[in-house]
Amino acid sequence: MSREKTLVSTDWVLENLNNSSVVLVEVDEDTTLYQGGHIEGAITFHWRDDLQDGLIRDLISKEKFEALLSKNGISNDSTVVLYGGNNNWFATYAFWYFKIYGHHDVRLLDGGRKLWELKGLPLVSAVPTRTATRYVARERDNSIRSFRDEVVAAIGTKNIVDVRSPAEFSGELAAPAHLPQEGGQIKGHIPSAKNIPWSKAANEDGTFKSDAELRDIYAAAGVDLSKETIAYCRIGERSAFSWFVLHELLNVENVKNYDGSWTEYGSLVGVPVAVGA
Amino acid sequence: MRTCGATPGGPSLAGVDLSKQTVIQGVILRDGESTQADATGVPNGSPVERAHVRLLDSSGEFTAEVPTNKGGQFRFFAAPGSWTLVIQAHGARVEQKVSATQGTPVDLVITL
Repeated sequence: MSREKTLVSTDWVLENLNNSSVVLVEVDEDTTLYQGGHIEGAITFHWRDDLQDGLIRDLISKEKFEALLSKNGISNDSTVVLYGGNNNWFATYAFWYFKIYGHHDVRLLDGGRKLWELKGLPLVSAVPTRTATRYVARERDNSIRSFRDEVVAAIGTKNIVDVRSPAEFSGELAAPAHLPQEGGQIKGHIPSAKNIPWSKAANEDGTFKSDAELRDIYAAAGVDLSKETIAYCRIGERSAFSWFVLHELLNVENVKNYDGSWTEYGSLVGVPVAVGA
Repeated sequence: MRTCGATPGGPSLAGVDLSKQTVIQGVILRDGESTQADATGVPNGSPVERAHVRLLDSSGEFTAEVPTNKGGQFRFFAAPGSWTLVIQAHGARVEQKVSATQGTPVDLVITL
């Protein structure tokens, strides 16, 4: 893929507000944002209620994903455009999710909700009604998802990229600074991980930096992208953002998102942990 | 700007264990409105909803970002030390340096 196929601009969205083949989906960390106003015609997925299994810690099943998309009027041939707050963290997580289940045309609004707001573009409160469909998902594509055993085995061999803030990487903070610092996990990072915060890939307005700038970030950190790469953060959303940068914008193969991330790794018994910068 | 925690501009601190948390919070108000505190210490002025408040660490590295609520308020749970806030809204951008300590919340009134 490339950014021409995976990113759309605010202008593109404005031009396609009445395009019936395009479905705008807002996915936020702060799930009250949608109710307070959203892009005309957009529906919303709740990152936890809609996208987490709820009983076990996992993605929802193929059948539940099919039911979610069918209920919301998304077809297999729909162009799904995701956007969200907080620099598209949860929207890129949803993008990764759509790829896990094999949706063929899913895109991201570059800059997300933030750029839309900074440009003063209109938000509406009307919630659209969409005709239900019969969506058929593919079996999960686990080539873009990493699990704990692979991560432990990857220490010192594959690229492990910790995309959290430097303060979380070093062990100073247990969670992003907009959340209370009371995680049940110990603090620190996976040994041999390189700290390349997701934010290095984004401009201040939430848009992605250029391909050349993005490649430089990884080169400067000494990451050999010809090797397999695993990205992680705290719960897998910010690392989905960095997965998107590597896999979708820079066309790097063999990149996985470890969605168990630090909340899983930092709770495992007996695994090695590093602290400090 | 105001940094005392007695009459905060940010959200209520009820339920926040200040002995464990290092809080940086405040309210964003539109310039051109009155920004003087009234007799009870509640800020006047027009709150800026959906301003984007970004927290940078002492090296300028991004740490977190939140949108302001309907009351123009935001809050971070940080660590003791020097931080920089960058506030962005439609047509405005302001930076504000803060020094945070555990136990005493930093509480700001920032105008755009």
